[in-house]
Amino acid sequence: MTDPRALSPLDLETPEKPYLDSNELIINMGPQHPATHGVLRVILKLDGEKVLGTECVIGYLHRGVEKIAENRTYAMFNPYVDRMDYVAAVSNGLGYCEAVEKLLNVEAPPRADYIRVILTELNRMASHQLWLGTHALDIGAMTPLFYTFRDREEILKIFEKYCGARLTTHAFRIGGCLYETYAGFEKDVKNFLMFVAPKIDEYEELLTTNRIWLERTKNVGVISGEDCVALGVTGPVLRASGVEWDLRKAQPYAAYSKFDFEIPTGENGDTYDRYLVRMEEMRQSLRIIEQAVNSIPEGPIMAKVPKVIKPPVGEIYHSIEAPKGELGYFIVSDGSTQPYRVRVRPPSFVNLQALDRMVRGLLVADVIAVIGTIDIVLGEVDR
Amino acid sequence: MPNFIMSYLGSTVTPGEAGNQFWALIYVLIIFAGVSLAVVAMNWFERKALAHFQIRLGPMRVGPHGLLQPIADAIKLMLKEDIIPAEADQFVFWIAPLIGLLAAFTVYIVIPFGPSQAVSDMNIGVLFMLGVSSLGVLGIVVAGWASNSHYPLIGALRSSAQMVSYEVAMGLAVVSAVLMTSMKTGTGTLSMIGIVESQQQQGIWFIFKFFPLGFIAFVCFVIAMIAETNRAPFDMAEAESELTAGYHTEYSGLRWSLFMLAEYAAMIAVSSIAVTLWLGGWLRPFPNLLQAPTWDFIFSLFPGLTFGALTAIAVIGVVRMPVHSYFKVQRIGLAVFAALLGFIALVLLVIAIAGRSSDSTVAARLREGIDYVYWFLLKVAFFMYLFIWLRATWPRYRFDQLMRVGWKVLLPITLVVLILTAIVGVIVS
Repeated sequence: MTDPRALSPLDLETPEKPYLDSNELIINMGPQHPATHGVLRVILKLDGEKVLGTECVIGYLHRGVEKIAENRTYAMFNPYVDRMDYVAAVSNGLGYCEAVEKLLNVEAPPRADYIRVILTELNRMASHQLWLGTHALDIGAMTPLFYTFRDREEILKIFEKYCGARLTTHAFRIGGCLYETYAGFEKDVKNFLMFVAPKIDEYEELLTTNRIWLERTKNVGVISGEDCVALGVTGPVLRASGVEWDLRKAQPYAAYSKFDFEIPTGENGDTYDRYLVRMEEMRQSLRIIEQAVNSIPEGPIMAKVPKVIKPPVGEIYHSIEAPKGELGYFIVSDGSTQPYRVRVRPPSFVNLQALDRMVRGLLVADVIAVIGTIDIVLGEVDR
Repeated sequence: MPNFIMSYLGSTVTPGEAGNQFWALIYVLIIFAGVSLAVVAMNWFERKALAHFQIRLGPMRVGPHGLLQPIADAIKLMLKEDIIPAEADQFVFWIAPLIGLLAAFTVYIVIPFGPSQAVSDMNIGVLFMLGVSSLGVLGIVVAGWASNSHYPLIGALRSSAQMVSYEVAMGLAVVSAVLMTSMKTGTGTLSMIGIVESQQQQGIWFIFKFFPLGFIAFVCFVIAMIAETNRAPFDMAEAESELTAGYHTEYSGLRWSLFMLAEYAAMIAVSSIAVTLWLGGWLRPFPNLLQAPTWDFIFSLFPGLTFGALTAIAVIGVVRMPVHSYFKVQRIGLAVFAALLGFIALVLLVIAIAGRSSDSTVAARLREGIDYVYWFLLKVAFFMYLFIWLRATWPRYRFDQLMRVGWKVLLPITLVVLILTAIVGVIVS
């Protein structure tokens, strides 16, 4: 096995011959392309349709989120993190709030933790549903997209009722939650659980045993567990390669230690396994939500947090299991009201590094499938 | 003049056979207009059907239930700026859509909508059809090359490889159907009309002939024809998520719409071929078993009843339209449309009843002709629905898998079916 980090970079110099005369073709896929999930630009070096190598060019959506943090107070920066992974905004907020709480040495009250778990898991469902729809669309199946969006809508409705926003929710605050659950929240969530369980079977019916789907995903974009670890790949991609690593179990945060759930893992580390792992994760999320809703404690939802947040001098790294992998926040405090430095470890950015490893030797169509299966959000990659 | 028309309506041969160039020209014009109209209707129907597969409504705004959407789209496309890339080969870029269009429309010359309802009955009809329809690939290759751009080039290469390899399986499947025509008479025929007539003589659609041989050949042909027309799940050449738009990435406006027109016309053409070869062409169900004039009459009511059903659907649409001033125009529009459909239904029923009594009258000839065309189009419509159905259901094949299916699965199967058909045919006769 070669070291994945030692893959030779692409030789992208202008070829000597014009492209029609040479066998090698250099194609820019993106930043304007229907299937690169935003503004990702992938430079492909092709031999016919075979991929000799790829190079990702990122930064088209760079907004300097980390730099903005240095000019905002801790509470003011909270909404900005929602804009990174905008399809899983709740997870981003959870990671940031918990990191600052750790820095402040406060703990969110149990009820707030439960609300956080419910909303985060709902968001994981939403993120996976969006992934499934777009991934299937990339591979050419149009219909699942509309099914998943129909069901994701129910989650967004719950978010909207809870905090007024559907996508960039800003649901949590440092020290707990700002909003108490609305009347009927538990009923809504339970109804959603009843509603969505058969829908997941419906998605599986459309794809899991579909011959074309199998042929398009099996043994495509294979990556071994060792390679994943070497590249720092986390989340469903890592688990599909057979490594049982989930921060919800490994370093339980929020209220995750109280719930009973399994970590689905794959064997081959191919696109199909990643698909199965995510489908199973949706079901496990349902289990977690069900347990959380049934045992949600009464009590305050906000810890005692000073009006002006001034963490002591120090630094903290806190990471959570976002839908796409390990989402970490490294915050350095100089004792003032504003962070000295915030560094985000976005799962999409790190996972995207595995693209080149996965697609070398495959065909152009597989590049699309693999970009879809890594599940990137460009807002998070570029920050 | 009326006498001239009447005399023609009494004719039992195609204008090509009769050597009547004037009627041939009329036929060509009717077919051209009809196919263009069918493409427009198909465009609307595909969007609606696909939308309903996908829990959407589809076009709803332009006209009642979006009925005028294709027309609005056509106007938009005609008014759009016609962009020719600076680096493109201008002449070739200009001529590419026309090649595709010509190839798609020329096939209709040999397609028999009825025993005399065809432009010409060539004795090499099948050969002509295979040859001309495979010319369509030239338009695509040329378009991809002339665009002088990467994505169209890859799209063009893909589709040329794809069409050429599926051509083989398609040809073999067709040959096994042609073999079946020689069963009773001993001499087979390549004439499209002859093929349908021999299905009538043998009293069986070729799809059921030597079951399951005919059926397998038919399925192989259908797969090959979907691949040949670059439709999902074989739409590699345009593969939106991979190659943005494939070979027509650089095309815009009217030229782009010509490609679309060619694609849909080709879809209808290959479906017509499948219907002619395996599904008995213009024959109504059980033409031999239920031969009595009463049965003729009952089956000749179907066209009128179909339009009656469409009228009923439109009327239900009018009734169910929300009562609100916003919907006033739409309601009136749909009512007019329903009235139009109802009128057509009435005319068809009147013709069916008037043509019931005798065989020699013009009404009887007209009724027969309507019957033939109706059953033919009904079968073609089934294939059109199949195209949409597949598009809504399946993911896209990858290029190498597509080639594998073509060469390693379809080709051997069609070869074996061909040989078995020959053997069984010899044994039976």
